[in-house]
Amino acid sequence: MSTPFLSVRDLRVHFSTEDGMVKAVDGLDFDLEKGKTLGIVGESGSGKSVTNLAILGLHHKDSTTIEGEVLLDGQELLTATERELEKLRGNKMAMIFQDALASLSPYHTIGRQIGETYRKHTGASKKEARARSIEMLTKVGIPQPDLRVDDYPHQFSGGMRQRAMIAMSLVCDPTLLIADEPTTALDVTVQAQIMDLLKDLQQEFGTSIIFITHDLGVIADIADEVLVMYGGRCVERGTKKEVLRAPQHPYTWGLLGSMPSLDGPVDVPLSPIPGTPPSLLNPPSGCRFHPRCAFTEQVGGGRCSGEQPLLELTAGRGAACHLTTEQRAEFFSDFAGSAGAAGIVAEAGLGAHHADRRD
Amino acid sequence: MSSTTPTPLLDVSGLTKHFPIMGGFPFKRKIGAVQAVDGLDFTVAEGESLGLVGESGCGKSTTGRLVTRLLEPTGGQISYRGKDITHASRKELAPVRSEIQMIFQDPYASLNPRQTVGKIISGPMEVNGINPAGGREARVRELLETVGLNPEHYNRFPHEFSGGQRQRIGVARALALEPKLIVADEPVSALDVSIQAQVVNLLQKLQKELNIAFLFIAHDLAVVRHFSQRVAVMYLGRIVEIADREDLYGNPRHPYTKALLSAVPEATPDDVPRRERILLTGDVPSPVNPPSGCRFRTRCWKATDKCASEDPPLVQIDGNRGGHLTACHYPEDSAGLTVPAARKSL
Ligand SMILES: Nc1ncnc2c1ncn2[C@@H]1O[C@H](COP(=O)(O)OP(=O)(O)OP(=O)(O)O)[C@@H](O)[C@H]1O
Ligand SMILES: Nc1ncnc2c1ncn2[C@@H]1O[C@H](COP(=O)(O)OP(=O)(O)O)[C@@H](O)[C@H]1O
Ligand code: SF4
Ligand code: SF4
Ligand SMILES: [Mg+2]
Ligand SMILES: [Mg+2]
Repeated sequence: MSTPFLSVRDLRVHFSTEDGMVKAVDGLDFDLEKGKTLGIVGESGSGKSVTNLAILGLHHKDSTTIEGEVLLDGQELLTATERELEKLRGNKMAMIFQDALASLSPYHTIGRQIGETYRKHTGASKKEARARSIEMLTKVGIPQPDLRVDDYPHQFSGGMRQRAMIAMSLVCDPTLLIADEPTTALDVTVQAQIMDLLKDLQQEFGTSIIFITHDLGVIADIADEVLVMYGGRCVERGTKKEVLRAPQHPYTWGLLGSMPSLDGPVDVPLSPIPGTPPSLLNPPSGCRFHPRCAFTEQVGGGRCSGEQPLLELTAGRGAACHLTTEQRAEFFSDFAGSAGAAGIVAEAGLGAHHADRRD
Repeated sequence: MSSTTPTPLLDVSGLTKHFPIMGGFPFKRKIGAVQAVDGLDFTVAEGESLGLVGESGCGKSTTGRLVTRLLEPTGGQISYRGKDITHASRKELAPVRSEIQMIFQDPYASLNPRQTVGKIISGPMEVNGINPAGGREARVRELLETVGLNPEHYNRFPHEFSGGQRQRIGVARALALEPKLIVADEPVSALDVSIQAQVVNLLQKLQKELNIAFLFIAHDLAVVRHFSQRVAVMYLGRIVEIADREDLYGNPRHPYTKALLSAVPEATPDDVPRRERILLTGDVPSPVNPPSGCRFRTRCWKATDKCASEDPPLVQIDGNRGGHLTACHYPEDSAGLTVPAARKSL
């Protein structure tokens, strides 16, 4: 095995607030290979953004405690100085966010903003930077780039702004791109365009991507590896196929059961997860999912509320749950066979419904 | 099928809303109009859910606000139980008002933070001077129970509830007057997946048990399919296709419907996508200056001169079952007849 391009070990991010300590990320490990995409999926507040801001070194130093290890191409990021990080950001690692408008300055033209980033990291002349801006706008599919380069962000539509932000983030050929819900605010038609664009650019430049989303459909489209987060911890990891076809964690089952599909049965209720996500100010003991989990009895002995299940991985695959492998297989097939989950089963090709597939 | 019931609960024809754009100097005058909604025809039968889908800005919310008479229509007609309410005055509208209720997207903004839950939910009863047998408080407790909240939380404030619980409060408020029609504008869009499913199940249970009709507005095509028996697809202020859900999702005939469905990412890890991806290029044109003829023609891969000069009517084209209407000169083949070629793009 080659050393991974990005490696995160036992990452902990804690915030001290008036109400107490928020354990936003509490022991996270993952690796990312060159040219691959890791999808991080979870509901709001599960710690997705906090994780990535920690990698980028963008948390406020005074109120935040960050522990663990983040190695990017062999370089330790958590102990790097602000100057070193400044050099890395935009150059070696770049990011795109959900809200493009908020990340672009309203006072400068699109071309100037892309060009400035380029000049800052390469020392290029204004003329070169402008040429590079037009080249990048062409790459991300903005029509008439030589004219639109002089537009201001408000003159662009939502999809075009997202493209402009992608152009800006990729202008220095970063090796790591962190995309935090970049398509959540967009219509599905535009989302499809942006995801295709990212895939094309990844092919061309070999960029490694961390793609954060709350949508398992988006994960299925773009990710190679998947990390499912719940309450500041990773509850399941594996390849996209492993996680979507044979999920091992009760929370992942719950996510799948909550999603209606485009060709599942319609006259049966969905199978939602009861209750609400945990507060990270005062998280549940043991397994953070235990107050919402239907299988604590099967584990028994009060272990779910008393003992934190560890994520044990075999070849990068595993789930943090006290259930045995046999129990998981049995309960998932029960779940997959239940009416509410029949849509998922049809899609995963696991149950009787797969004969109905329209492909 | 419910769509052929004699008198539908709600009957909308030629519904139009143009927002004036004011400008000019020194005197403000009308210099143009946003054609937000431009000639909609649809019906909603008793107890039925009609889904309304389409991209941002296509006029879904405006339609919802016209039907609930929060906005004054520019043209067309809205009939409720056969009675024309298009321009009914406040007073004329009063008896109907209680039967048509609205649920909004944002469970945070739509509840008054300074009122207790009890006060919020009994609000519509107070405004309409309704005193249920057993009193308003008892009715509120009953409603809290119906939507899956603890009746003991009567005296709590909205900030003490989570997003999903707040949406339940909004649902309880809408139910207070025993409505016959609920216009739900993106009622679950702001919620996390697991909570979204809880609220969808609740609404579905209410629709069935209380026989409430819904105009269900959402941009998530899978949620709409799950919740609505019939679905209308909007593009730039018009309905381009409307059908029973089996037909709309299984036999889409309008190129836009097809493109929209193909863009939905599904949680299937297959290497070969089950739907051919049709990648639309460009953006939705401005509703101030919509394209002539078919409004979709600037993004349609099939457009011809005819599409620019002739507005395609919304009709039951060849190969559609009853109640399935499509507005297109060159519709997609009926399902099962052909396998589309590789990915199309403009
Ligand atoms: N009060 C108003 N004045 C002027 N234009 C308006 C007004 N309200 C809406 N519009 C315009 O009318 C069109 C339709 O808006 P509407 O809010 O109905 O869209 P929508 O389909 O609900 O979109 P979304 O999915 O983003 O909620 C848009 O172009 C919008 O900008
Ligand atoms: N600066 C901060 N101070 C205190 N708490 C924070 C801060 N930033 C995030 N949090 C908390 O950390 C948790 C995870 O947040 P986040 O990573 O943003 O979630 P998401 O998975 O939705 O991206 C949440 O409970 C959030 O409220
Ligand atoms: S450890 Fe227990 S509570 Fe946690 S997911 Fe597994 S069975 Fe459920
Ligand atoms: S009428 Fe013409 S432009 Fe409009 S959808 Fe049909 S083929 Fe396309
Ligand atoms: Mg976030
Ligand atoms: Mg709207």
